[in-house]
Amino acid sequence: MLSIKDLHASIEGKEILKGINLEVKPGEVHAIMGPNGSGKSTLASVLAGREDFTVDSGEITFKGNDLLELEADERAKEGVFLAFQYPIEIPGVTTTNFMKTALNKIREHKGLEPLDAVSFLSRMKEKMKLVEIDQTLLSRSLNEGFSGGEKKRNEIFQMAMLEPTLSILDETDSGLDIDALRIVANGVNKLKNEDNATIVVTHYQRLLDYIVPDFVHVLFDGKIVKTGGKELAHKLEEKGYDWIKEEAGVA
Amino acid sequence: MSKDDQILEEFASKEYEHGWTVDFEADSAPPGLNEDIVRFISAKKEEPEWLLEWRLKAYRNWRKMKEPKWANVHYPKPDFENIIYYSAPKAKDKPKSLDEVDPEMRKTFERLGISLTEQKRLTGVAVDAVMDSVSVGTTFKKQLGELGIIFCSFSEAVKEHPELVKKYIGSVVPSNDNFYAALNSAVFSDGSFCYIPKGVRCPVELSTYFRINAANTGQFERTLIVAEDDSYVSYLEGCTAPMRDENQLHAAVVEIYAAKNAEVKYSTVQNWYPGDKNGKGGIYNFVTKRGICAGDYAKIAWTQVETGSAVTWKYPSCILKGDYSQGEFYSVAVTNNMQQADTGTKMIHIGKNTKSRIVSKGVSGGKSQNSYRGLVEIHKRAENSRNFSQCDSLLMGDKCGAHTFPYIEIKNSSAQVEHEATTSKIGEDQIFYCQQRGIDEESAVALIVNGYCKEVLNNLPMEFAVEAQKLLALTLEGSVG
Repeated sequence: MLSIKDLHASIEGKEILKGINLEVKPGEVHAIMGPNGSGKSTLASVLAGREDFTVDSGEITFKGNDLLELEADERAKEGVFLAFQYPIEIPGVTTTNFMKTALNKIREHKGLEPLDAVSFLSRMKEKMKLVEIDQTLLSRSLNEGFSGGEKKRNEIFQMAMLEPTLSILDETDSGLDIDALRIVANGVNKLKNEDNATIVVTHYQRLLDYIVPDFVHVLFDGKIVKTGGKELAHKLEEKGYDWIKEEAGVA
Repeated sequence: MSKDDQILEEFASKEYEHGWTVDFEADSAPPGLNEDIVRFISAKKEEPEWLLEWRLKAYRNWRKMKEPKWANVHYPKPDFENIIYYSAPKAKDKPKSLDEVDPEMRKTFERLGISLTEQKRLTGVAVDAVMDSVSVGTTFKKQLGELGIIFCSFSEAVKEHPELVKKYIGSVVPSNDNFYAALNSAVFSDGSFCYIPKGVRCPVELSTYFRINAANTGQFERTLIVAEDDSYVSYLEGCTAPMRDENQLHAAVVEIYAAKNAEVKYSTVQNWYPGDKNGKGGIYNFVTKRGICAGDYAKIAWTQVETGSAVTWKYPSCILKGDYSQGEFYSVAVTNNMQQADTGTKMIHIGKNTKSRIVSKGVSGGKSQNSYRGLVEIHKRAENSRNFSQCDSLLMGDKCGAHTFPYIEIKNSSAQVEHEATTSKIGEDQIFYCQQRGIDEESAVALIVNGYCKEVLNNLPMEFAVEAQKLLALTLEGSVG
């Protein structure tokens, strides 16, 4: 589904990603871990098509298409979803209105008619249950005055509404208490099926107790320096990142 | 008569001396303005003598006046001698029913989304459509008539209800109020008249659409709304204009009179042709709108969405004369490309315990200049008056300008006046967030701007709000990057 080959990316002339290789197949969950500043969020942003970053070399194909050729909104229409680490506030625009607009843009791209009010509402109701989100929250301005937990839940709600094929969760666990974490993880797990894939970007192993990854990749200094199964996450939790740094240094 | 006046008079009548005559059978007046043109218009409309005199007085005043220069707008001065001040659509007889309306004209209206058919009845809107200065059809008149509500074209009101017109015309905006109001008073071609009798709540939203049709035709509309004691009316006015190469002048006057405990809501969406990307063409929109809360507890609320025109100069105002009267002003002004807008309001507190509220949202894109200019004036005997003003500016790109000119004059120490102002830029983060959800950049901008303007748009009647949202999106095309 997703294939990243020798990806180099920089911001303002500073190289952040120094040759990333990653293969993601349908039905898989990949975790990307690493210490602060290793390039985890950069990778997420580059995949989503954020223009602040320059892709210097390498390639990304998504469902057989050159992802780098597509604008951010075209990538979203093709099924790439990024749950933001810091969701953005849009005053005066409700989550409901935001989702209606987004969903219909994506449907238009697929050659489908806009969703009628009744279908839209029933879809909203169904997905609200999934992340235990209150309807009043969805009638408020998007992310404005939301608590940290509400923002993250709202991101997963949006993911549920848009049904992407590739979901990238960027530090979705940060700022969440254990209950919110469980709810968010639950939502993600319920959305999982054999046709979609998830990339979980996280600093801590904590989230991976709930969203169990098939692969764990350790990112260090812009490169994936180690790949393993879920046990690798436990090892990181236990030993920290220093041994990885040493290994990487030696290599 | 002073010497200057004499010279002016002589100057004005000179062209006639040289054998220049007005063809009274013509459907339009020749370009230029003099007393004969004023007489021509008045005669065309079969007006009574007093109204002709009123026009002539305004004309003579206008001749002595100068164009205002204080607004933060720059444009080539209109050539007043090259404007056609009257043109009628080509129709032999006035249509008696909708079936008689020129099919071509109806097609144009329909393309603009304005239906004169019974569909309007279902949506609850009575429409008095004005095209090229002459009213082409009025619906709902009968139904409204049963309640004693008068809603008709200005010309018709002059014929049918001269006593009302005579009593209120110029009572809120005097004919010598300012340069453009004087010009309008001299040459106004038509417009709308609305009268709500004592104790009547108008059951439908009253709506008028204006549209400029023929090339080189200045449009000088005049609207007069009178709400008697304990009455209520919501009035809508909207306009769209087709593409034009030459600048066109639009100088309208709107007067609202609200008696004791009356409430008038006036909403407008203004979308005159703004000119092309390089600032070529477009409408000059120099409008005087003013309402008076003449009686105690009267209330006037202005809501405007301004997206069009090359140059806008417009300050819908409220004179709060009655005790406990209220004035409100909600405005969205959007400028893009080379557009210039200088708009705002005046809240004149004269009565005791009067309240006013101003919410202004400016959005500037391209190389446009957008100014808010507002006056809050608390008179000496206006005890316990309150005003709240909020003026927000949103900038898109780095070549546009937003300006705020708030004036506050307080002559009573018991007044409470609050002013809040913000300026922000549309965030790349916000746009990216939208894009990441599948919303393209232009739609993202429209969505964000609509959210930003929500407080104002919420004051518009439902069907207008939808139209306004579409307009905002249309106006902002290509405003980013």
